[in-house]
Amino acid sequence: MAGGPASVEFRAVVKRYGAVTAVDGVSFTIEPGTLATLLGPSGCGKTTTLRLIAGLELATEGQILIGGRDVTRRAAAERDVSMVFQSYALFPHMTVLENAAYGPIVDGTPRKEAHAMARAKLELVGLSGFEARMPSELSGGQQQRVAVARALVLEPQVLLFDEPLSNLDAKLRRRVREDIRELQRRLNLTVVYVTHDQQEALAVSDRVIVMSNARIAQAGSPRDLYERPANRFVADFIGDANVVAAELIEVSGDRAKVVLGGIALELERRGARPGPVTVAIRPEALLLSADRPAAPAAPGRIGKAAYLGTHMEYTVTSALGELFVIDRMPSRAFAAGAEVWISLPGTGVAIVPE
Amino acid sequence: MKLGWIIRGVLLGALAVAVFGPLVNMLLWAVAERWYFPAKLPIEYGFSYWERVFRPRGNAMESLFNSVVIAGGTVALCLAVALPAGYALARLRLPLRSLILLAFLLPQAVPNLAVYINVARIFYSLGLNGTIAGVVLVHTVHGLLFAVWITTAAFAAVDRELEQAARNMGAGPLRTFFTVTLPLAAPGILASAIFVFLESLDEFTGTYFVGVPDVMTLPLLLYNASAGGNYQIASITALILLIPSIGFMLFVERFLRADVLAKMGG
Repeated sequence: MAGGPASVEFRAVVKRYGAVTAVDGVSFTIEPGTLATLLGPSGCGKTTTLRLIAGLELATEGQILIGGRDVTRRAAAERDVSMVFQSYALFPHMTVLENAAYGPIVDGTPRKEAHAMARAKLELVGLSGFEARMPSELSGGQQQRVAVARALVLEPQVLLFDEPLSNLDAKLRRRVREDIRELQRRLNLTVVYVTHDQQEALAVSDRVIVMSNARIAQAGSPRDLYERPANRFVADFIGDANVVAAELIEVSGDRAKVVLGGIALELERRGARPGPVTVAIRPEALLLSADRPAAPAAPGRIGKAAYLGTHMEYTVTSALGELFVIDRMPSRAFAAGAEVWISLPGTGVAIVPE
Repeated sequence: MKLGWIIRGVLLGALAVAVFGPLVNMLLWAVAERWYFPAKLPIEYGFSYWERVFRPRGNAMESLFNSVVIAGGTVALCLAVALPAGYALARLRLPLRSLILLAFLLPQAVPNLAVYINVARIFYSLGLNGTIAGVVLVHTVHGLLFAVWITTAAFAAVDRELEQAARNMGAGPLRTFFTVTLPLAAPGILASAIFVFLESLDEFTGTYFVGVPDVMTLPLLLYNASAGGNYQIASITALILLIPSIGFMLFVERFLRADVLAKMGG
């Protein structure tokens, strides 16, 4: 097995099951030693994409390269890729040690050496002393760490995680997420990570590949996706942005003057032409005030109000349409039905090219 | 209230008699030296008939030996067919899957006697009549239903993701089968093997048509003994036949997972 992390490249990959197209012409490159997430709602093709990397599904069309080598037609067993399954898929009839040592033993490594390798990886994930247990005797979090140790033991070129946090309780999630990121950095691994949770994706990734309906909706850094969504879907899926209609009235270089609900703003142009355009507004970019502020503002009326401890969530009816607003100052709460003024300081608003 | 308890007691007693009565009768006959009509219990107890049954050159020992050899052969043949068939039926997307499963039911759906008379005629022309191999073949047809249905259920109950994890760790298809799939399906396969073994041990009609008079098995011996009025020999033979059945029930109760049972025939 070759050492070191490898890149993963998809070239116009298609996967069909009969009449259903699960992955439709997907191309991307994941740089070696980085963590990329495949993000999207259920059924968008992200898990199929992950399984295509592992070789658990074979591509109908297109090319898959790992570390620059074409592996499109190679079986799962021949790929230097390890996967941590959503269900963990630990062998229930083997001990923790036997589970972790499965890879090297299949590989032909002598039992003693294989066990030593497995012990080292179990120690790495903090499970020393659990070697003789059966998987059924461990908690969900511990089982996952066994699955990680088993996946790491062959020091694969690429490590895959399928929804690693989905079977853990809420408190453990943040920690496991940080552990995975830490492990990836420390061991310099190429990691591909599938999730449907946008916050999780933004928190751990170098690069996020957002998928929708079997295609890539947008790929980029977390900041890119959040601040410069390429289309309605990404704007809405990442951070629940309000997608509203606006009028582009003036272009100067790469800047554009846009009017929405009577408020004029200067935004990055992003290739838009004068006329009607679509604008994404982050829910926390909208400022609410009881009195008319000095800055341009539009009147609105509070629909629903919810108190969430750290912030308030409102729906506000206004000339801009129905808006979802997050207010970081829960001490200043508006009641449902209250008349408010909505203003836009300018950040967290972007033209959506579509 | 009180009446209710009496009725319950009577019903429970009746059930106990229905279940255990014949067994007690059999146990008594097994140890009765002499037991004539008016006596409610054996007149004299002893083990002389046991000695006669277990006599090294006796009829019974030969029958027991035949029965075990035939049952063992039947299990081997059934598993040789059922393991690949069960795996294929559980894992591959086979067209007509349920039809294939149903086909194994056919030998049970047709009246046995009609089948066995014709089997006997065919075997006679092939020289298989009166041979152990012939009896094994007849028992295998009978046993395949259980063997294939149960192993299919056992393989279907093994989580596919475990096989994928093994392949992901670099194991080829055969390696995956022998290190993951087979060990996890083993309890169900063992259950089907025991079931086939017991069915073969118990089988009467097919053995009668294909085996007699050259191949004697325990059920045939039991039939001969009880038809000849020798209830002691019949009871002892029945007891011997009972032991593996009880062992099997304990095994199923202890080891067979509910999810295997649930997938039976599905």
